[in-house]
Amino acid sequence: MKLGIDIGAENTKVAIVKNGDVLSLVSVGTGSEQYAAVEKGIKQALEKIDKSKKDIKQIKVTGVGKKAIPDITKEEVNEISAAAKGALFFFPSSRVVIDVGAEEARAARIDSEGKIKDFAVNEKCAAGAGSFVEAMAKALEIPVEELSKIALESKKKTPMNAQCAIFAESEVVSLIHAGFTKADISKAIHDAVADRIAGMARRAGIEKDVVVIGGVAKNIGFIDALKRALNMDILVCANPEYVGAIGAAISE
Amino acid sequence: MTTAKTEFRKWLEYRWTSPDIDWRKGNVISGGIDIGSVSSQAVIMVDGKLYAYSSMRTGSNSPDSAERALGWALEDTGLNGKDIRYIVGTGYGRINIPMAKKVITEIACHALGANFIYGSSVRTILDVGGQDVKAIRCDEKGKVINFIMNDKCAAGTGRGMEVIAELLEVPIVEIGERSFKVERNIDPVSSTCVVFAKSEALKLLRGGMAVNEVLAAYNQAMAIRIVEVLERIGLEREFAITGGQAKNIGLVRRLTELLKTTAVDSGELDPQVAGAIGAALFAKAIIEKSRQSSK
Repeated sequence: MKLGIDIGAENTKVAIVKNGDVLSLVSVGTGSEQYAAVEKGIKQALEKIDKSKKDIKQIKVTGVGKKAIPDITKEEVNEISAAAKGALFFFPSSRVVIDVGAEEARAARIDSEGKIKDFAVNEKCAAGAGSFVEAMAKALEIPVEELSKIALESKKKTPMNAQCAIFAESEVVSLIHAGFTKADISKAIHDAVADRIAGMARRAGIEKDVVVIGGVAKNIGFIDALKRALNMDILVCANPEYVGAIGAAISE
Repeated sequence: MTTAKTEFRKWLEYRWTSPDIDWRKGNVISGGIDIGSVSSQAVIMVDGKLYAYSSMRTGSNSPDSAERALGWALEDTGLNGKDIRYIVGTGYGRINIPMAKKVITEIACHALGANFIYGSSVRTILDVGGQDVKAIRCDEKGKVINFIMNDKCAAGTGRGMEVIAELLEVPIVEIGERSFKVERNIDPVSSTCVVFAKSEALKLLRGGMAVNEVLAAYNQAMAIRIVEVLERIGLEREFAITGGQAKNIGLVRRLTELLKTTAVDSGELDPQVAGAIGAALFAKAIIEKSRQSSK
């Protein structure tokens, strides 16, 4: 049995994998104590399948907080290769993996073995990551899940600059005053993030098939917008937020 | 019971009239209105001297903000709007100022306004506005030679500092002083993005860092960000800062330390009014030119 940990800015994910089967998945809030979050995640993941630490052969860690747990494991896997391994686990046809998390986004072009051919990263700006959608949901006072759903209801092109999440907050307020519906604004928000992510992915190069992973892959409004922005179909697996942790678990 | 929400991000709104000038004896009365993304100013000049001005928060629409700012600047002066021969509009909302006969970019207005406030030896102006940062190079007449601007990202702008003021619940006027009330060296927050800096600041607070220390961390990060903008255009002395954040000593002192230079002191004048002063000076030049040609 192998265990993979992905310490993200917002959530810490734990995956337990055995002979190509995912046995247990757990996500806990990272908070300010990364070490405590990891311990809690491992405990819960083991409890779920009624196993103990001694059943685990190998522990590997990835994510922004990967250096925070030297007492548990020093076996680090970089985020891009964990994403590549994880994506291929679900879709052997994966050639581009786009990982969109709360505070960063990455795109990697890979071969069938998971070797990285090129990659691009955004960790500097919220407008190209999940935080942007969260900030906008807050400005519109609706939950992210609802915001993502209503985007599909709009057919309109709504004018929005939205190059910065802070400026976009006031833009959203003006759009409401100007009479745009929340659905229209939601579509504009998701188009804005998708355009940024698509631009980043193009820097790494686009090849079929494109797979999107990370927590933001659950956002249907975003996936819909990204399909439009890249003008192609996109693959998303169930539980896309765990792909990094699974990738770390199965890394050699 | 009513509760008022304190708005920590706002600068003081106020008006001012010169006690030394009688506009009735004036020859050229000109006006400048600067409708910024965050604040608006109206300036009235008599023969090129500063006579009256107002500074307030920008409302939800530009014409209304312009009306209110000018009305307030005129208050108790005995002057009427129609006594002002020519008004130039500038700033983010400049295309929507009904009483302005001409619109001039805020770049040109800030350069000319800085020349008035800080003197003709100013060659580099940093304008830290509500939603943008501009670095302007100008000549001894306050004419723009070159400029660069960041208006794509809130990092380094007044808006970024407002977000921190609200988060920490510290009035914007106190931020500078308080950011120096720390007893150890504080590293800047690592993120350029204001959204990320905000979550970093929250983490620091939860980790036990004092509010003043977080202020130091953010001011330092903002100064570093602005230095990057200035380095792209090159700094020639004298150096002057305009805009609301020119009043934040926490930013100004850290910025000039990083740049190993000093910034010219604005004296009694409010550096936030530079754009409207520049606009009023352009208006004065237009009046004089039209009088000359009609002679």
